[in-house]
Amino acid sequence: MGNVGAKEVPVLLSPEGLRIDGRKLDELRPLSIRAGALHQADGSAYVEWGANKVLAAVYGPREVHPRHLQQNHKAVIQCRYNMAAFSVDERKRPGLDRRSQEISKVIGEAFESVVFAEEYPRTSIDVYIEVLQANAGTRCAGLVAASVALADAGIPMADLLPAVAVGKVGGAIALDLKKEEDNFGEADLPMALVPQSGRLVLLQMEGHMTEPELAQALDLGVKGCREIYEKMKQALRDRYAVGPAGGVGA
Amino acid sequence: MSRGHRPAHRRRGREESSSRPSGERILVLPGEELPAHGLKPGPGTYRTGGKVYASVLGLLSTHPPVVQVIPLSGRYIPKPRDLVIGTVTDVQGTFWLLDIGAPRWAPLHMTGTPWKVDIGDTERFLHVGDAVAVEVENLDPTGRIGVTMMGDNLGKLEGGTIVHVSPARIPRVVGRGGSMIQMITRHTGAQIVVGQNGRIWVNGSPDAIRRVAAVLRLIDENGHRSGLTERVESYLLSTLPTSDVGPEEPRGESAGRLAPDDTPPFLGPTGPGPDPDERDPETNEPEGP
Repeated sequence: MGNVGAKEVPVLLSPEGLRIDGRKLDELRPLSIRAGALHQADGSAYVEWGANKVLAAVYGPREVHPRHLQQNHKAVIQCRYNMAAFSVDERKRPGLDRRSQEISKVIGEAFESVVFAEEYPRTSIDVYIEVLQANAGTRCAGLVAASVALADAGIPMADLLPAVAVGKVGGAIALDLKKEEDNFGEADLPMALVPQSGRLVLLQMEGHMTEPELAQALDLGVKGCREIYEKMKQALRDRYAVGPAGGVGA
Repeated sequence: MSRGHRPAHRRRGREESSSRPSGERILVLPGEELPAHGLKPGPGTYRTGGKVYASVLGLLSTHPPVVQVIPLSGRYIPKPRDLVIGTVTDVQGTFWLLDIGAPRWAPLHMTGTPWKVDIGDTERFLHVGDAVAVEVENLDPTGRIGVTMMGDNLGKLEGGTIVHVSPARIPRVVGRGGSMIQMITRHTGAQIVVGQNGRIWVNGSPDAIRRVAAVLRLIDENGHRSGLTERVESYLLSTLPTSDVGPEEPRGESAGRLAPDDTPPFLGPTGPGPDPDERDPETNEPEGP
């Protein structure tokens, strides 16, 4: 996935063990989550994660379109991940491509393993993820946004689904890669965790790692997910805060 | 259905909003373990590995022997005998399909209407886009929702506009014993039909409709907070049209303010109001003696 035009590989890891943006190896980029960003959707969330900006909307359970996708014993989860044309430096050709199809599929399948779809037979739960600005790790940011949006939509599920990518940069295992690290690093390993059970429901890898490195990366990723989980819960608590009226404008 | 002064309701509304024990209301999120010691997992929960967890976002409710989560968001989940407002999405030979904001569309069969409909003649009575007030009659395990138009306050809704709020907010829109909706009606002179599905039909002068819609938005956004009654009342008083409508003046549907034509005399289900235990998790602390 390397940026072919780039000639020089930047120094990804300083001698002091700091990364290109000054982070430590086990440090996340700044993450802020807002639940309920859209009025019309049944649930929604907006996530800013490093330089990523992602909006997610959830509709449903509702009638299935097209009809033939309807399942008699459970709801179908239809997920659409899309990058805006302006989300990257060079214009992204709008519409479905192989990459966004794949990401839509793996995110949808991750949610199928936590959502209690049997409670709403013959319906559809539609998840829309729009990447407004991309800087590596958008499938994880999309998953986090969509998961908060699903909870905001009142969809029954086993747990929220925090996600993060771990990678290998400058020979070291690092948490939450940003663009330069993703482009010039040696490996990228996105994952999504069910905190309640400790199961991973999304795991992909690009690049190369040794077996001990993989074990270390999984460990680091799970820790990162638990940190993200807390922020997801806080975002929902803020939205549904129980307190006196006032403060909030009419 | 009185639209006059109801001091008892107003007083109670105040108490309800100012003296709520907010410490009692615990917000839980999906995946959160619940204190279930020996309790049966009810709706909104699941059990695994001998522990009980929340499956939806909502308020924790432990009324032995059941622990459950009362949802704070989400689509309308139909209950028999609910009055709901729907729009026609499809017309078939013997029935219409209604969007009532539930997970599925609800079929309204021609025999469930007060009209004499011939097979294939459904189009004469309701078109796609028409609004109706109907009652949920039955639910089957596959999620099919049967509705009927036979009953008081049911029928086609002519004119007016439909405002959407979260179904979880309907108890606040109605208020205890109908106090909130009566106050709104009194201050605006609008005709209001509240559907339990979060759809509210409003008719009246353009100004009345606008003010009711603004108040409903206020309730939708602040319905989980206390002090709501005061805020709604102060909003209504601050937006009084200069010409007419005194707040305490009991006011019928005088000609000129409401559509004088064949608008059916629907008034919201403000009578007995919803059963507080069933419908109003947010204000279900016991009332005073």
